[in-house]
Amino acid sequence: LRATIWGCRGSLAAPGPETVAYGGNTSCVELELADGSVVVLDAGTGIRALGLEMAKRPPAPIHLCLTHLHLDHLEGLGFFLPLWTQGAELHIWGPASAIESLDNRIARYMSPPLFPVQLSEVPSQITFHDVSDEEWRLGSARVLAEAVAHRGPTVGYRFEEGDVSLAYIPDHEPYLGEDEPASLDPAWLSGYGVAREATVLMHDAQYFDEEYAERMGWGHSSFSHAVEFARAARVGELVLFHHDPLHTDADLRRLEAQARRQWPSADPAPRLAREGMQLELGTDADDDLSGPAVSGFEPSLTPP
Amino acid sequence: LSGVEHRAHKNLVLILAREFASKLATPVFLTDEAGTLVYLNEAAERMAGRTFAEIGEIPAEEWSEFFQIRELDGTPIPLERLPGGIALLERRPAHHTLAVTGVDGRRRELSITAFPLLAHRDELVGVVGIYWEADGGSG
Repeated sequence: LRATIWGCRGSLAAPGPETVAYGGNTSCVELELADGSVVVLDAGTGIRALGLEMAKRPPAPIHLCLTHLHLDHLEGLGFFLPLWTQGAELHIWGPASAIESLDNRIARYMSPPLFPVQLSEVPSQITFHDVSDEEWRLGSARVLAEAVAHRGPTVGYRFEEGDVSLAYIPDHEPYLGEDEPASLDPAWLSGYGVAREATVLMHDAQYFDEEYAERMGWGHSSFSHAVEFARAARVGELVLFHHDPLHTDADLRRLEAQARRQWPSADPAPRLAREGMQLELGTDADDDLSGPAVSGFEPSLTPP
Repeated sequence: LSGVEHRAHKNLVLILAREFASKLATPVFLTDEAGTLVYLNEAAERMAGRTFAEIGEIPAEEWSEFFQIRELDGTPIPLERLPGGIALLERRPAHHTLAVTGVDGRRRELSITAFPLLAHRDELVGVVGIYWEADGGSG
């Protein structure tokens, strides 16, 4: 199981000289499964460069798993090259809503006046799926999606292959209104089932603690809450995700340092997601219990 | 999933309802989809005569061990005719004024309103009940 981060910024894309180290693109993570299947987590602006990369590969079905439909997780979809490729097979998964179907909700964004072309005009073959309440399979992975605390219908995903697992909860406020997070029974902890004992957890850590105090209820976590959640779920490694668009690279390094000071064990310490980061889970037959291997690459800068 | 029991935690709607209730001075109780009492907020604990931490979760069939619930004239009320039971079984709001004797032995006349919690696809995940003393008190 290989995860490649194509975007880890939250709320709004934030390109510029002060964000080059961690990147300015919004949420998008590519998963390559053991059987070669490709899963894309979220369609933030990072998906644009991923689509260009995919165009170089042999055609294959693509599974796009959306955690929710806030724009920073959806706005890249209209610029995802496979969407505009005749015959490309695209499966879009997302949280169910009691009000409207997934395709109708996505079509609100992909239609005038917000977007020049309508969803019904794209040449690819798109199938929409409400995520199941039960686990299901995508390629060689077992998948679990559960509703998590964030404004509007939102899910977190867990992918398992063999003994390794990746939990992805980029937008999450598990301790909303909770005065003593460390004392909360996990049975009452949003996202626990997705994250429990995951090899790697990518989790919302948008705010410094002092910022969270002024943004409580907006659906995101402080880094302290991310650390506490990871501790409660006993994850192997925490990757801090969904960086605030106002945070510079220097701010983020400071946030990472503070998170590491709160981490209960020395190894592996929490670290910041950054564009180009690759995490290899379960590359050894016995699994690398010291943590996933990491490498980097340069995302394509070619415009579509 | 290996190592993960499905539903390792309560349904998110219940989690949010509990968080909301915990901040209210209005007495609130929560049940899950099976009718098990899963939460009483601090104000509601007065009716039980003990804290929720002391009594813990109570399956529907064991409610009568903790609470004697009757009509104001003393007639017993079956669980399915209680506001919580109606909300659970008929999936509609219900309201009634009745007499409740808690673990502390004190009889209280309470007005109770209960309503079902329906998640997406009309999935019943539990019931919320609020109540207040029929004489205008707060439980």
